Amino acid sequence: MDHVISAYSRITPGQVRVNGRIEYHDENFITFAEFIKPFFKRLNLGYPKFYKMDSLSKLGFIASELVFRQVNLDLYDKKRVGMVLANASSSLDTDLVHQQSISNRSQYFPSPSVFVYTLPNIMIGEICIRHQLKGENAFLISEKFESGLLFNYVNELLQHNRVDVCLTGWVDLLKEQFEALLMFVEPADRAIAEEKSGKTLPFSEAAMDELYKIM
Amino acid sequence: MRPVFIVSDNIITSIGTSTSENMDALKSGRSGISMTSNSLLFPSPLPLSLVDSGLLEEQFQFILKQYQKNIEASVFTRLEKLLIISIHKAISHLPQNFTYRKTLFVLSTTKGNIDLLEERYTAHFHHHRIYLWEVARIVANFFGFTNPPLIISNACISGIMALMTAFRYLRAGMYDQAVVSGGDILSEFVISGFQSFQSLSPTPCRPYDASRDGLSLGEAAGTVVLTTEIAKNASSPIRITGAATSNDANHISGPSRTGEELGIAIQYAMKEAAISSGDIGFINAHGTATTFNDEMESKAIALAGLLEVPVNSFKGYWGHTLGAAGLIESIASIHAMQDEMLIRSAGFESLGVPEPIRVIATNEKKKIKCCLKSASGFGGCNAAIIFEKD
Amino acid sequence: MEELIEKLKREVIEQLNLEDISPEDIEADSQLFGEGLGLDSIDALELIVLLEKSYGLKIEDPKDGKKIFHSIRTMAEYITEHQKT
Repeated sequence: MDHVISAYSRITPGQVRVNGRIEYHDENFITFAEFIKPFFKRLNLGYPKFYKMDSLSKLGFIASELVFRQVNLDLYDKKRVGMVLANASSSLDTDLVHQQSISNRSQYFPSPSVFVYTLPNIMIGEICIRHQLKGENAFLISEKFESGLLFNYVNELLQHNRVDVCLTGWVDLLKEQFEALLMFVEPADRAIAEEKSGKTLPFSEAAMDELYKIM
Repeated sequence: MRPVFIVSDNIITSIGTSTSENMDALKSGRSGISMTSNSLLFPSPLPLSLVDSGLLEEQFQFILKQYQKNIEASVFTRLEKLLIISIHKAISHLPQNFTYRKTLFVLSTTKGNIDLLEERYTAHFHHHRIYLWEVARIVANFFGFTNPPLIISNACISGIMALMTAFRYLRAGMYDQAVVSGGDILSEFVISGFQSFQSLSPTPCRPYDASRDGLSLGEAAGTVVLTTEIAKNASSPIRITGAATSNDANHISGPSRTGEELGIAIQYAMKEAAISSGDIGFINAHGTATTFNDEMESKAIALAGLLEVPVNSFKGYWGHTLGAAGLIESIASIHAMQDEMLIRSAGFESLGVPEPIRVIATNEKKKIKCCLKSASGFGGCNAAIIFEKD
Repeated sequence: MEELIEKLKREVIEQLNLEDISPEDIEADSQLFGEGLGLDSIDALELIVLLEKSYGLKIEDPKDGKKIFHSIRTMAEYITEHQKT
């Protein structure tokens, strides 16, 4: 069975692209917080849980929302929707916050709502909660974006018929360095994104590399 | 699809640096958790399972000599030493060459060198060492592993996922053999975090027990070597035959209230292994001894139709070892299967979970052909894996 | 007491990251958990941290939390009572 990348979102400082369209562009430097909150409000999701997330989860959450709007998740059994994400920094951005809260013994107030985000897969959990996705999920680490790492993992799940579709990609954030590339992989004969916005791409390492090059 | 065999393993915990030392302790009911006073880790005494630092240094020095490394031991972090000793002990007696391009190296860890965030280490190590990919690179380079390491950091199910991924890739023909290693160290970072969740017991943890009141933390490393071909005369080889993960999609720290999703992972793993409940000799579950985890697991076991199957948790022996847990607990399950023994679930006296799971209260001899290992973690993740003896 | 209640409302909003809520939105006697603000188990733990950080009050048994954190007013009453000692 052939699979395609039927939707993607690419977020880098100053730019958000979804399926080739520029959804946001700002050449001025603003912090991640100054960017992500207004952008979230624009999406009108009515999901206050967003404000409790750490920066990494906020980034992944928004990137995933942009992708899921392009596809029809209801076509699929939620227990067979996969999520395979990766990054380089793990949860280091939040780790630093937790470490800070315990660095002074006279001001020792570790916070559970910070500590819970000191694991990179929590971002997957947030996305799963939002859309009730209960299938295979995995968080992998590599020094740089490696299409082969994600392709091998997702492809094996698809070929062995453990998932029908999969959200996969790279979501990395450390202070003001951040980026995300999320892609939705589905069977070629089910993809509806073509009607909405144009071409789909074959699910391949080369296609993922092409999407990653988009800045 | 090729069969995937386990040919070697190693466990390092507070109990000892070999699988056999650890299995002896488990079988004789000896726990590695003890009240520990260490103000660098936590302001007041806590039950912890810490690897003996003196032993760690001694064994690591020995390995540096063995591998003729002209490097100071202090160049390596605590976690790296644990992982290197563990991998060495798992591979050194094997005839295979692991620098072969068809060898997969998988690393499982939740927090890597997280202790390096402390001020006392900042000057001593390059800031890159905080990254999990750097830990993996250092360990892989030590042994000359050729392929880029596959690193899994997925909370407490990482260990099972590392085995599962190696199983899937070997089965699919992507590699011929795999060295699967994992570990996590105890740190102020982690202990303070669990304390903020009020989830630490003041005494050694009691999984599934009516008076359980939280988990105990431990540090450990474990290694498993997998291959697709074994010697023709190998006795009772163990195979991985099924595995799966799932997500609760309920809450980022609290588990599902129904256990349905862990049940899904278990059922998928069983289906892949083509087995039914009657085939499973015992379940080694996650059993952290928190109120909600153990409760959820009992429901999942019931939903999966496995209430008749004996269940244990090894966390009463080693504490919760995070990224190592799935690995070392799988290794102990496999050895229990080989030794035909149901091992007592340490800390258990009377059932304190909603479903009538059969917790193993005393050691029992039993012929076991197949066992199920499960785990759950922050982020709502669950994993299940099946081991079979031929 | 009223001053403490207003202060608590602001502190709760900040500690729990309730960004789209303002102090006027919180009734002193409304249930904090359950319907109302939709607080969860992590929020309950954060409120324990808040009491310790801002008022130096340590809750020994987390099960007492249910009574203490029932509403902003019960929190204020607990603080007033225990800060005397």
